[in-house]
Amino acid sequence: MRRFLLTLLTCVGLAAPALAVNPDEMLKDPAQETRAEAIGRQLRCPVCKTESIEESDADFTKDLRRVVREQVAAGKTNQQVLDFMHERYGDFILLRPPFKPATWVLWLAPPALLILGGALAFSVMRRRKGADETVPLTAAEKTELEALK
Amino acid sequence: MRRLIFILPILVFVGLVAYFATPLLNQTDPTLIPSPLIDKPVPTFDLPPLPGHQKGLNSADLKGQVQIVNIFASWCIPCRAEAPVLMGLAKTAHVPIRGINQKDKPEDAEAYLRELGDPYTSIGMDADRRVSIDWGAYGAPETFIVDAEGRIRFKQAAPLTQADVRDTILPLLAKLGAK
Repeated sequence: MRRFLLTLLTCVGLAAPALAVNPDEMLKDPAQETRAEAIGRQLRCPVCKTESIEESDADFTKDLRRVVREQVAAGKTNQQVLDFMHERYGDFILLRPPFKPATWVLWLAPPALLILGGALAFSVMRRRKGADETVPLTAAEKTELEALK
Repeated sequence: MRRLIFILPILVFVGLVAYFATPLLNQTDPTLIPSPLIDKPVPTFDLPPLPGHQKGLNSADLKGQVQIVNIFASWCIPCRAEAPVLMGLAKTAHVPIRGINQKDKPEDAEAYLRELGDPYTSIGMDADRRVSIDWGAYGAPETFIVDAEGRIRFKQAAPLTQADVRDTILPLLAKLGAK
């Protein structure tokens, strides 16, 4: 059991996304570094677009990470740091963009499609189940059957 | 109702095709990020000059007349392609072109300007990219047009071409009242 757990932990550990943060970039205070990392994971890299700034190796992004860490060290709250980036780079920089008319499709499409697909699947399955049921003979059919005997 | 179920996927498909085809046909570059700083005042900053030069660049320099701000660096390959366009623009546009030299070594920047020409009225050195980040930049080159009140009116996060100058930059400068 213990060996299984150890193997599992190792696998999970190896599967975690590789961070691009170099040890020399990290803050000395582990609690602050954890916070900076949590903020950085919510910020999208403007250079590579598909990664957070914690994962990106781009030279520019390194400087964004430094700004995040400086602000955390200076006692800014997570929201203040996110706001700082949002003011400069807009909704794009937030991996969790705000809910507003421009992002309605983005936020609502997945649940809407799930409901639509679910309803479709439900109605199809119900119809199929209905087709399997044996319908009792009508009185006329019964008389006809009797007559055949 | 039954018919609707058959028509719906076709409608959804047509909708998706329209949605994805529009930016393709308009040749929109998906790597460009819209800037929230358009129509906002320029950030407050004060950058030192290249060693041996008189003047750096700060926010106060960007008030009083329409100006162009260009972020460049010697390590930036597209900047080299853009350099002749900026040289031409400096001759034809009659507005100051201010340079923000991003994350560069002074000697490299000097060599770059010697090689490709210096279209800049003054250059501020942004050695740690702090001011570039305040401008919402995410690379180089980037070009901004600032109006006489010191508000950012235009941004292009890609090298300027002659076509950009002719179709976008010069008309906008004229509209903003540059002499």
